[in-house]
Amino acid sequence: MTTTTLPPREKTQPVSAPHGTISDRSRAERRLGWLLAGPAFFVMLAVTAYPILQAVYESLFSYRLTDPANRDFIGLSNYGVILTDPLWWQALGVTLFITVVTVFVELILGFALALVMAKALRSIRPVVRAAILIPYAVITVVSALAWQFAFDINTGFVNSWFAWLPGVGTDTDWFGGTWSALLVICLAEIWKTTPFISLLLLAGLAQVPDVLQEAAKVDGATWWQRMWKVTIPNMKAAIMVALLFRTLDAFRIFDSIFIMTAGANGTESVSFLAYRQTIARLEIGLGSAVSVLLFLAVVIIALGFIKGFKVDLAQARGDR
Amino acid sequence: MSRSGRGGPLGRAGVPGRRRSLGGAAAAAVLASTLTACGGGPGDPSVLTWYINPDSGGQAEIAQRCTEAADGAYSIEVAQLPRESSQQREQLIRRLAANDESIDLMSLDPPYIPEFAEAGFLAPVPEDVAERVTEDVVESAVEGSTWDGEVVAVPFWANTQLLWYRQSVAEEAGLDFSQPVTWEQLVEASAATDTLLGAQGIRAEALTVWVNALIESAGGSIITDKAEDPENIELGLASEAAVSAAEVIQLVAESGVAGPAFSTAGEDASVVGFESDDGGFMVNWPFVWPRALSAVEAGTLDPSVPEDYGWTIYPRVNPDEPAAPPYGGINLGIGAFSPAPELAFEAAECIVSDENQAYYFITNGNPASSIPVYDDPAVLEVFPQAPVIRESLEMAAPRPQTVYYNEISGSIQRTYHPPSSVTPGVTGEQAAELIRAVLAGEQLL
Repeated sequence: MTTTTLPPREKTQPVSAPHGTISDRSRAERRLGWLLAGPAFFVMLAVTAYPILQAVYESLFSYRLTDPANRDFIGLSNYGVILTDPLWWQALGVTLFITVVTVFVELILGFALALVMAKALRSIRPVVRAAILIPYAVITVVSALAWQFAFDINTGFVNSWFAWLPGVGTDTDWFGGTWSALLVICLAEIWKTTPFISLLLLAGLAQVPDVLQEAAKVDGATWWQRMWKVTIPNMKAAIMVALLFRTLDAFRIFDSIFIMTAGANGTESVSFLAYRQTIARLEIGLGSAVSVLLFLAVVIIALGFIKGFKVDLAQARGDR
Repeated sequence: MSRSGRGGPLGRAGVPGRRRSLGGAAAAAVLASTLTACGGGPGDPSVLTWYINPDSGGQAEIAQRCTEAADGAYSIEVAQLPRESSQQREQLIRRLAANDESIDLMSLDPPYIPEFAEAGFLAPVPEDVAERVTEDVVESAVEGSTWDGEVVAVPFWANTQLLWYRQSVAEEAGLDFSQPVTWEQLVEASAATDTLLGAQGIRAEALTVWVNALIESAGGSIITDKAEDPENIELGLASEAAVSAAEVIQLVAESGVAGPAFSTAGEDASVVGFESDDGGFMVNWPFVWPRALSAVEAGTLDPSVPEDYGWTIYPRVNPDEPAAPPYGGINLGIGAFSPAPELAFEAAECIVSDENQAYYFITNGNPASSIPVYDDPAVLEVFPQAPVIRESLEMAAPRPQTVYYNEISGSIQRTYHPPSSVTPGVTGEQAAELIRAVLAGEQLL
């Protein structure tokens, strides 16, 4: 398959600067760089690195918040308990299922919406963009409640509106079964976060050079050929970054499940498990271990994307 | 679970924030002020903060009344906790674990009281206060305020579930409610009249309330020996009583009389079904009565519906054994880190005075724990159910009193849900095994 992208441009290398030594000027620049970035760097350390390290440390203890006197060092046994418990694997399965389904659907829908936003008539463009972005501006808990009310057997309208669909009737209890509950959770997530992905894709679309599109058009390429051979290859970086961000986000799903099913009927996600151990059971040690495992899963996903798909975060911003 | 009416006005904690500006980088200053703002200041110790569960504004009014009655000795400010009792517990415990001095008084759901007491989060109740606040108080409320043989909280209001029925449906089914009825009779009557039997099958505290009431009604208990060491707690979930309870759950779930959404039905869903044309029978807290009356007032419910309401004692499991209805409500705990516990106890005694309990009963629908309130003509006028509520409170059995209540309840909810999966003789043992493993730290919950 041939694709059309702009040839990579070599950056001009400085020739005057001698190798190996640092000039006074660049030393001053470095110092200025640290002064400018330093505060942000320390804030990041305080609000992310410190809690992560503390969670790792506390995950090695048997520690109940209401009983600090009996805090015992138990090594890695919290991890042993979690990894041998079918509940963990079930929650992980549910989380992966939600992640894969929602991200896949969101990518397709988001791309379509991005095309609409890019191509919409100039006069209605701001309206279209605002309309598409509204769900993303809604607080997740509010959106989850709205979807719950819509599908609820007592207060919802879905059962009466969609009674013509096979399997749907006035007696359908959406939150009473694993798959139907997961369907509603996924729908709510997709509705809410598709605008995010389409926004990132819109930025990618804007980066595709018009000259390439015009050249392809002149060569007689159809719309479909231009899409596959010109547009998509040129915005690969934007697509990968959108996918990466959404996957990380989707993997940490909590709010929708908390509101709609509270984890009943096998809809618990990994974040929910961490919440239940840490906040509800006050088992700080066990809960920290779940959180650390969740963190590791997120790191693996991020590394997988960056190494596996060669995502270059800087490229998406148009730095190169 | 305490079922406490509709949401009232949002109160907010009057925690004064202290901002300290650090010289140097602006970002560091932002961070520092964020951290110190959480600390709160000592303030004036005579200003007491009462952490309340959301209600229809009754506790805020009582706080106001006691402030006026104190004549400057103290004043009470209310701070509202989250709506769910489990979340109220989470917030209070997190604050108390950090030695929060701002908590003077707190409205506590009784099942969590042992956990608070054992952790040292409750200020010890002086003997004379304990004596006064337990005098002429229904037995279940005193029991709910007691841990390890000591009164650790002040009984405030006491809740219990009643069996509600539609008189027209009862007549049609030929069921005589002047005599105690059993769950089996109710299921039969519902099926015969094609009406709903409202019970709570949702995976939430409401399910534990139901399971506990059934086991207690059958003569058993979820915990038979509450040992201090979690590994020595003895459970009664494999007992004959637990099997009878599971049989009732299975019967209700499989007969279909509890409606198509039984596995997600909480107290609110039950009452929606009961108010509908299909309503027949329901077990629920007394809030359903003021709810129906205010719906009539708002024009969303036909006046003939509450006129058709009947009420009696909770259904039996065995025909010849009295029922043990659920007990709930709110008791007042005094924060162990309060700078002025004497004032807080004084305020608590004012809050739970008969006059205030009667006011709370009438306006918010939350039944009193004090016995004399049930003879108040004003109460009887608004709550014709009052005598039945009082009788029910005398028979009521609390949920298991243990420091590990949250684990026990969570395990019960996990194994007994969905109710259609409950198998007599199997589910109880599974629940017991899960509780054992969770308490021993061998399994997640």
